[in-house]
Amino acid sequence: MLKGRFGGFFFQLIALLLAFGFVSLILLSVDASPAEAYKNMFNGSFGSMRKFAEVLVAFVPLLLVTAGLLVTFSSGLWNIGVEGQVVLGAITTTWVFRYFIESDLPPALIITLAILGGMLGGAVWASFTGVLKVFGGVNEIFGGLGLNFVATALTIYLIFGPWKRPGVASMSGTVPFPDEFSLPLLAGLRISPWALAIALAGIVVIYFILQGTYFGLRLKAVGKNFRAAYLLGIPTWQYSMYSFLICGALAGAAGAVQVAAVYHRLIPSISSGYGYLGLMVAMLINYNAIWAVPVALFFAALNIGSIQLPILMKLDSSLSGVLQGVLVLFVLLADGVRQKFARKA
Amino acid sequence: MNVELKNIHKHFGTVHANKAINLNIPTGTIQGILGENGAGKSTLMKILSGFIQPDPGSEIILDGKPVVIHSPADAIKYGIGMLHQDPLDFPPMKLLDNFLLGLSGGLFPNRKEAAQDFNLLAREYGFSFDPESYVDSLTVGERQQLEIMRLLFLGARVFILDEPTTGISAGQKEKLFATLKKFPDQAMTVIFVSHKLEDVEHLCDRVAVLRGGVLVGETKPPYVTSKLVAMMFGKEITLGARQPAQAGDVVLSLKNISLEDVRLKIKNVDLEVRAGEVIGLAGMEGSGQGMFIRACAGLTRPVGGRISLNGRDLTGKSYHTFKRAGVNFLPAARLEEGLVPGLNLIDHFVLAEEPKGIFIDRAAGQKLAEDRIQSFNIRGTPLSTVESLSGGNQQRAELALLQTPLSLVLLEHPTRGLDIESVIYIWSKLKERCKQGASIIFISSDLEEILQYSDCLLVFFSSKVSQPIDASATSVEELGQLIGGKGWADTGDEHA
Repeated sequence: MLKGRFGGFFFQLIALLLAFGFVSLILLSVDASPAEAYKNMFNGSFGSMRKFAEVLVAFVPLLLVTAGLLVTFSSGLWNIGVEGQVVLGAITTTWVFRYFIESDLPPALIITLAILGGMLGGAVWASFTGVLKVFGGVNEIFGGLGLNFVATALTIYLIFGPWKRPGVASMSGTVPFPDEFSLPLLAGLRISPWALAIALAGIVVIYFILQGTYFGLRLKAVGKNFRAAYLLGIPTWQYSMYSFLICGALAGAAGAVQVAAVYHRLIPSISSGYGYLGLMVAMLINYNAIWAVPVALFFAALNIGSIQLPILMKLDSSLSGVLQGVLVLFVLLADGVRQKFARKA
Repeated sequence: MNVELKNIHKHFGTVHANKAINLNIPTGTIQGILGENGAGKSTLMKILSGFIQPDPGSEIILDGKPVVIHSPADAIKYGIGMLHQDPLDFPPMKLLDNFLLGLSGGLFPNRKEAAQDFNLLAREYGFSFDPESYVDSLTVGERQQLEIMRLLFLGARVFILDEPTTGISAGQKEKLFATLKKFPDQAMTVIFVSHKLEDVEHLCDRVAVLRGGVLVGETKPPYVTSKLVAMMFGKEITLGARQPAQAGDVVLSLKNISLEDVRLKIKNVDLEVRAGEVIGLAGMEGSGQGMFIRACAGLTRPVGGRISLNGRDLTGKSYHTFKRAGVNFLPAARLEEGLVPGLNLIDHFVLAEEPKGIFIDRAAGQKLAEDRIQSFNIRGTPLSTVESLSGGNQQRAELALLQTPLSLVLLEHPTRGLDIESVIYIWSKLKERCKQGASIIFISSDLEEILQYSDCLLVFFSSKVSQPIDASATSVEELGQLIGGKGWADTGDEHA
């Protein structure tokens, strides 16, 4: 057992080295110094408190999405539609804010309602994929992907249609909300401790659901063997639906935080691709909740650190995406190789 | 063509599927191959038709020349064609296109010429086909004829037919046999694989019987059915004294049940099972017993009739309703349907219990698992994942998952692949359940197991179900005949 776990760690370390090696080769091929690039990325994310706060701003939605995906992956579902669920969370939150914009209710209550609304919006959007899967026989990958496009189109429609700025509609989004509609931020920084708390609470709850509850164990049984779970008396399709709803709610919370704490309005790319990035994190940590925090933080740091590359080295900031993608591929590859070895031994 | 098989061996992992088989089939004969499920018939035929390779040292000799057959395409080059149980054709395509498949030659096949050949062949063998019609408009029997024509067209001289009479009507069977009987005159050889005694006796010039991977005997007409059965199923052995049940009240009652799937139609079965009774279901695999046992579990909905349990009508209810009413079903495919690979024994026992609250009590789960592991003699630890257990221990784990109290246990092949010690242990556990008032219905292909452990049994043969037979008043031989389709009172309606 110990040997197996150590073996797994060893292969993942090799995968990490290979990923960095591969990206270094790319950098060398364009005559850039890998060491300098990595140093700039590190400084860009951890170099100052302000920069680290930016990392946390990216970390919050990424962690929420990852937490949700741990649930759908546990029940054997590929919830690609998570991206659209983030978007719908943001849309619903915006809608709640707009609805109460003239009201005299305390802002704290409105913000709470807006975030809960976002979670509800994400959950409802996820339930569409679930219904398509359970009752329509549509694979959740196809259903989710289709709904992602619908969600994006819906955002654009709202920004350029019913919710457009007075005068002229713009890609910069809807009219920003007043300051009291923002989750409180740390002085001088862009990170809200409340947002951070929501994200950490999300992953902790998911960790306990998956580790210690009957619900979590049944979800896993459904994910690992749908047929046997049914014969063991578990209401299988209901559990598939529950996991879509939970994941949708967490993704919706990510979208809500994007509106309530980061952008203070609806913008066209409100999800910033955190849904897809969350899928990568979930795959990388092999669906273990315990690793979600460090790995999501690492990915957020890569995203923020790479912003420095165009300024300092005239490299494109998409390098972080290359590194993340290559890393996931190498880790999956290493795992495949390890299993092949394990079978032979 | 003369086919000679010399010293054929085939291992699949630790399973020795063919053991030193020597068989010579002279040109122009119809050779029957008899044997029960798992006797090694299909393995032998797959070797001859190039689907799998025999172990080194095995020899295939065609007309005196040793050959090595690497693939089905290779086999057809040597003139060996195989007709599979399920026709390997392409339903959405036209007959002629289907016919042209597998032809080597040219990017653009000559359709006109092929159509002429097609019609010529069809006339010669008395088939009537329109080459421009679509395959999916044909019946299973017609698709077989088409496949035979295709093999003839490709130049086959040896025809292997694997259970060809399953799923076709009596009329189509007559036609198929009439066709096959023309082959020997043209110096062609037919190998007819079946478990149906009547078909083999009716058609074949000679019969070879396989059992447990060994060729146990060859005979020629006139056939003695009892001798064939004895060869197929081995000699009668008893596993000690039987323990007849003290039957109680009626637990399960089936009235006029009819079942249907794509291949089979079972009509109007009546059955009453009493508390403590064990019912064995015998028959070749795929004769309807699987569908029947799943209907008793609520997993297959009957198309007609009523099912009631302890006097309560459960017709059309789901498996979960049946389960709450005290029915448990243990499928044959343990890791596919019965257990959850990746989860350990604690997880399984916790899942099978009613949840107490929201959080799982780990310590209680550990204790539960330790108790069950001990009382069911499972070789494993509470943290062992089910896939790491051996087959026998997986089976014990499944038994340990049965709920209490229980009215009815449904088992598919409860002891398949297990050693004798496990078999005896598992049945002792099941008999304990019977003493507590549960009834058991189980499927087995092991006739001795059925005779030994059941009070009463049903035989299934191509969708027909026998009346309940008293297990103490029958024998392996009688059962063997019924399973092979002999000795059935003619019920009149053959299935279509």
